[in-house]
Amino acid sequence: MNELASATATHSIVIERMMPHPPEKIWRALTQGPLIEEWLMKNDFKPVVGHKFNLRSYPMPGWNGVTDCEVLIVEPNKRLSYSWNASGDEAVNGLKTVVTWTLKPAKGGTLLRMEQSGFRAQDERFYQGAGFGWQKMVAGLERVIAGLD
Amino acid sequence: MNLRMPAAPNAVLSSLADPTRRAIFERLMRDGELTVRALTDRAGVSQPAVSKHLRVLKLARLVRDRRDGRETHYRARPEGLAPLIDWMSLYGAFWHDRFDRLETLLKRMDQ
Repeated sequence: MNELASATATHSIVIERMMPHPPEKIWRALTQGPLIEEWLMKNDFKPVVGHKFNLRSYPMPGWNGVTDCEVLIVEPNKRLSYSWNASGDEAVNGLKTVVTWTLKPAKGGTLLRMEQSGFRAQDERFYQGAGFGWQKMVAGLERVIAGLD
Repeated sequence: MNLRMPAAPNAVLSSLADPTRRAIFERLMRDGELTVRALTDRAGVSQPAVSKHLRVLKLARLVRDRRDGRETHYRARPEGLAPLIDWMSLYGAFWHDRFDRLETLLKRMDQ
């Protein structure tokens, strides 16, 4: 199940999924560098508030592939939050968001919730001119469409 | 937080799902205003086909047209992508994909 949330000034993405695993195990997957790399991206994450780290992916048109992050909240097995910002030259006008993971024990497992908040309505670069982000969107389009039915 | 579900931008998505249509839209994004004839020259399909694609793009509000004598000029409406942005297709798809991968990893961690 997922919900796409919308607030007045900024937009959030909220994704919730029941995971048939205990919170402790999910916590490990969310906070151990080598495990994070397996499902998210290469990283130098540490579960320490204030720790600054990068997520690294392949550069593509309109994105240098690097995300600047800082750990904001660490509540073991319950809540994890970090900033998720554009990096380098793209930092000035780029994405400034916060990703928050919430783990709720539920019958048969854990309700895992991810909220990425702070998408600004005025993030116009996503759809302006030569199309910064346009290529990215097309790249994601196939998957989006696959998910429609 | 006040949650509401924005309408999925199906018109935008389905218009852009067609590779020829997407190529036409991308060309208009890149080159600015073009006539149907100019678009046909490079589209690799017939002029009626291009016109049909343009009608679909217009319905999805991805292009606007302007008549000038016998020629119709088309230009992209980048702001027409806004519903898609609202819908957060990029990050939405990204996170769904990552949730899938996380799920796979968790299964493997059992063993």
